[in-house]
Amino acid sequence: MKTLRIEELSKNFGTTEVLRKINLEIDEGNFLVLLGPSGCGKSTLLNIIAGLETINEGNVFIDDYNVSKVEPKDRNIAMVFQSYALYPSMNVRENMIFGLKQAKTSKEKIEEQLEKVSKFLQVNQLLERKPSQLSGGQRQRVAIGRALVREPRIFLFDEPLSNLDAKLRVEMRREIKKLHQQLKTTVVYVTHDQTEAMSLGTNIAIMNHGVIQQNDTPEKIYNKPSNTFVADFIGSPSMNLIKGVLKENSGDLLFTVSGSNLEIPIKDYDFKDKSNLNNKEVFFGIRPEHIFFKKFNETDFEINLRADLSEYIGHEQIMTFDYANQELLAKFPSTNKIDLGKETKLYFDLTQASLFDAQTEERI
Amino acid sequence: MQDSLQSTYKQLEQKSKYTNIFLRWFLYFILILFASYFIFPLYVMIVTSLKTMEEIRQGTLLTWPSAINFDSWAVAWGGRGYGAGDTFLKPYFWNSIKMVVPAVFFSTFIGAMAGYVLTKWRFRGDKWVFLFLLFGCFIPYQAILLPMARTLGVLGISNSVIGLVLVHTVYGIPFTTLFFRNFYVSIPTELVKAARIDGAGFFKIFFKILLPISAPIIVVTVIWQFTQIWNDFLFGSTFSFGEAAPIQVALNNMVLSSTSVKEYNVDMASAIIAGIPTLIVYVLAGKYFIRGLTSGAVKG
Repeated sequence: MKTLRIEELSKNFGTTEVLRKINLEIDEGNFLVLLGPSGCGKSTLLNIIAGLETINEGNVFIDDYNVSKVEPKDRNIAMVFQSYALYPSMNVRENMIFGLKQAKTSKEKIEEQLEKVSKFLQVNQLLERKPSQLSGGQRQRVAIGRALVREPRIFLFDEPLSNLDAKLRVEMRREIKKLHQQLKTTVVYVTHDQTEAMSLGTNIAIMNHGVIQQNDTPEKIYNKPSNTFVADFIGSPSMNLIKGVLKENSGDLLFTVSGSNLEIPIKDYDFKDKSNLNNKEVFFGIRPEHIFFKKFNETDFEINLRADLSEYIGHEQIMTFDYANQELLAKFPSTNKIDLGKETKLYFDLTQASLFDAQTEERI
Repeated sequence: MQDSLQSTYKQLEQKSKYTNIFLRWFLYFILILFASYFIFPLYVMIVTSLKTMEEIRQGTLLTWPSAINFDSWAVAWGGRGYGAGDTFLKPYFWNSIKMVVPAVFFSTFIGAMAGYVLTKWRFRGDKWVFLFLLFGCFIPYQAILLPMARTLGVLGISNSVIGLVLVHTVYGIPFTTLFFRNFYVSIPTELVKAARIDGAGFFKIFFKILLPISAPIIVVTVIWQFTQIWNDFLFGSTFSFGEAAPIQVALNNMVLSSTSVKEYNVDMASAIIAGIPTLIVYVLAGKYFIRGLTSGAVKG
């Protein structure tokens, strides 16, 4: 039994297609992050799971029960919003028990839940305060508390940290992670921040233009992106994508760029389909952090490239190299001295490389 | 060198001090001038209403009354006590109260509901509905007098306070809706979503979540509607006459229908009586009026 299952879900606003044939499953206790640029449909998908938006096609199942036409309050979910959405006229206590009161829960049960949750989230000192008298972090805690008291099957988070300043965001991120570790409730979490997604999710679904691009563990998303969009979206700076051709030379496969004598041997690469590789136009993908200044592994591939630009950012520096007239970015510790305008010896960790079809932009 | 620079600075300092003093006095002069310009008519009205006719004829507009005399106020409010032809404000004042209270209440309430639906329960074509409602703000009232008279006739409530309540409610809705829509549009819709997940319905969300934070805009709307309806003369004079007339119509009849002598003191007292309720509303709620007009989103 899947806690949440979405089948062939489509949604349009008028003539604009927002979601196209979404299929998604979450196991009990997992933390799924919906990640994507703004306008990719991730918030709409969350609102549909919550029952706040209608569906054009497809179905949503919670615990194998089709909830597509069920009211939000009867779906056994709770949601935390970006603006916290605390009721301004009510104090913290009233905010937290509003849902339970609507559900006609007994007084004793309400008090018990309130005490448990407010202690757990350390807001028991704030119960009589109005939302306007709380700090950003406290509001966030109360908003989470309001969701917790209902003991939902699924927690929905809609960019809950975007309104906080950078420092508080990192703190609250850890608190949410701890919360999930302790409660083990199923979570669906929407964000556009890849660090948040990577650090929180047990699974990440990357979305673009209303389509799920890849739904995988953070490690897989990072190491084996399924297409160039994912490769480009994840990582900072993002993965280098060098356009070139695969050449077969007496049984060995080489990546070359036309008009250049640079060649990268492709060995031990886990191809999905080994046929028709000769002369195939591809993107060769390698992350800036997998390019080294020194040889670390036996298999590291040595290459000479000209350094063009250096960006110093404290703990590290981002260098731009010229690879057959295409830009190649690499990340080094800032203690390394690299001369601009000169050929420099670099080492590629080829075990971390990715190849994408230049036409379909899919991983091969 | 250092000394001469010092003295130059001293001179400049002195100069700017004198300039500032002059400008300040000038500012107060202008302010007092304008204030007296606006307060002057009120002064004349009050002073005149307290004089006897004898004094009015002999003195000038500005002379202070020799004795404070509320006789003309009593006449304006309660009449002289003889039968036919004696017009006084008391019954019409209550007519106006009976008209203004329900009309303000209904138009404000309906406007709040409409603003709530137009911002938080969007539906297909809601923009057009709002546009047509806005249109109502720009239609000159003279244009709808005849069709409205016919409507009231068909409904059987012409020449009645109830008819006036209906007219004022209907023609207040475009304004009240505009006020409430613009207020609710600044309140995050996530509030409504959160309440829906918590299990609150359409009315519960309105009464429990939105209405308690609407105080600023309610004050604005009530003041606006109260002033509009209380001061209205056109609808009152068109759709009512005789006993059903509101106070502004009665005031007009009183001032214009004096047969023999013009009793300025009674006229002035009547005009003040007719204007007092709006003044009271302003004084009581004016502070919130400004706040309501300028306040934006409620940050939750």
